[in-house]
Amino acid sequence: MGGKVMTAAGVVASLDSGMTLGIGGWGSRRKPMALVREILRSDLTDLTVVSYGGPDVGLLCAAGKVRRLVTAFVTLDSIPLEPHFRQARQDGAIELTEYDEGMFMFGLYAAAHRLPFLPTPVGLGSDVMRVNPGLKTVRSPYDDGTELVAVPALTMDAALIHMNRADARGNAQYLGPDPYMDDLFAKAADRAYVSCERLVDTADLLKEGPVQSLLLSRAHVTGVVETPNGAHFTDCVPDHGRDEAFQRLYAKAAADPGQWAAFRERFLSGDEAAYQDAVRVWREENR
Amino acid sequence: MSTTATETATRAEVCAAACADLFRGDGEIVAAAVAGFVPMLGSRLARATFEPDLLTTDGGPSLSAAPVPLGAQAAEVEGWLPFRDHLWLVLNGRRHVVMGPSQIDAFGNTNISCIGDWERPSRQLLGVRGGPGNTLLNTTSYWVPKHSTRVFTEKVDFVSGVGHDRGAHEIRRVVTNLAVLDFATPDRRMRLRSVHPGVTVEQVVENTGFELAVPDEVPDTRLPSAEELRVMREVLDPKGLREREVPQ
Repeated sequence: MGGKVMTAAGVVASLDSGMTLGIGGWGSRRKPMALVREILRSDLTDLTVVSYGGPDVGLLCAAGKVRRLVTAFVTLDSIPLEPHFRQARQDGAIELTEYDEGMFMFGLYAAAHRLPFLPTPVGLGSDVMRVNPGLKTVRSPYDDGTELVAVPALTMDAALIHMNRADARGNAQYLGPDPYMDDLFAKAADRAYVSCERLVDTADLLKEGPVQSLLLSRAHVTGVVETPNGAHFTDCVPDHGRDEAFQRLYAKAAADPGQWAAFRERFLSGDEAAYQDAVRVWREENR
Repeated sequence: MSTTATETATRAEVCAAACADLFRGDGEIVAAAVAGFVPMLGSRLARATFEPDLLTTDGGPSLSAAPVPLGAQAAEVEGWLPFRDHLWLVLNGRRHVVMGPSQIDAFGNTNISCIGDWERPSRQLLGVRGGPGNTLLNTTSYWVPKHSTRVFTEKVDFVSGVGHDRGAHEIRRVVTNLAVLDFATPDRRMRLRSVHPGVTVEQVVENTGFELAVPDEVPDTRLPSAEELRVMREVLDPKGLREREVPQ
């Protein structure tokens, strides 16, 4: 189809070590896992990752790719705690910028709209202020005089986002019930790369969903990659739900170094096609 | 109302009715009972009985047209509340959230972030999530399925949810498997409001790691009514998910 269509390897080859990388989705929901897996295969390192964290964060931590994480949480949703993230924190292996979910969103809104910060009361009184000594407050210039946290723009070099559909121009569509913050990530980043379950002709986008489902405009998208089942094992309804059985396998393996080596060897030692094949074989075995 | 029926109430059902009572008088606001099955059931029970104007979700971004059974998707939807709108609604304020703390102190400061030193925790938990905003701006209650000195601590290791001494909007109550606690004291420290039937005041005090305000007379937590039991058992939680969360 041409246009902005790329390969996952092409996307990752365009990234550099030391970059700030935003990752769309939320927890274990619609994560650009095929692109994350491609980063695991690369020699990228020293990344600052900005994410409402799920297994994307866990895998990148386990592979030693993360210098700093900016987040409000890391979770697998149906399994509350992410084992690799926990280990990385308990080992002191990563630096952390910990924000409230709403502060994080304001950081995204600020970056997406070229504002230096957005004010919110959220964070005041909590230890978020203690562990982020760089956070400053501002006072309302109006009669109320309210003190507010000035959440700085969460600017990023690149964002990785997973959508249900996209066209070759870079327009992208979500068909599930929640956009998460994906349009904000795209606008906040210098470059946004979108993986999608299926590439379609522009003329067919509205056959897939209503006009409001066109979340990302090509004006904000640098490259598009077709990655069927590319959000696996996270949720990507209506194309596929979360693979709960596989997520349990992942979480169990991630909590044990010996099991993790075997998991990595079986599922993460080849390319994306090999990953999808290995998952298929595993599913057959566990039917 | 038959008294024999209400006497068959399990501990989980007493807890769920106590969670329903959290929302009494709240009116037309969103009940965000994210802490577990029991408070989720409680919020839907409140809506199905004495608080019909409450807005509840099906656990996803749909505001359901009517309270839905635990685990079910809304068949009829009256509104849409994706995560970003939840976060805007925190600022708007028409929301009462029930969270599950890993630690809580006498003023209702809570921790869901990490145990030990934040710089290098001994146990990393979820992260602060929406705790700072929820507690500063919305009515907040807590659900603790296992009341213990591990959870009720003199000091929380990380303040992810602010308490009454740090600017909380309103920490209404804490419902546990043993008791209901509130902050109806002059300095807004935690007070024992009621003990669940079969639980003693001593049990609660022993399992609380700070000095709890204990009135001279501590009533029993009310039993669910026969109608509430019917709604829980036959309509909102026929699979009995509530019982998994509360050991008898």
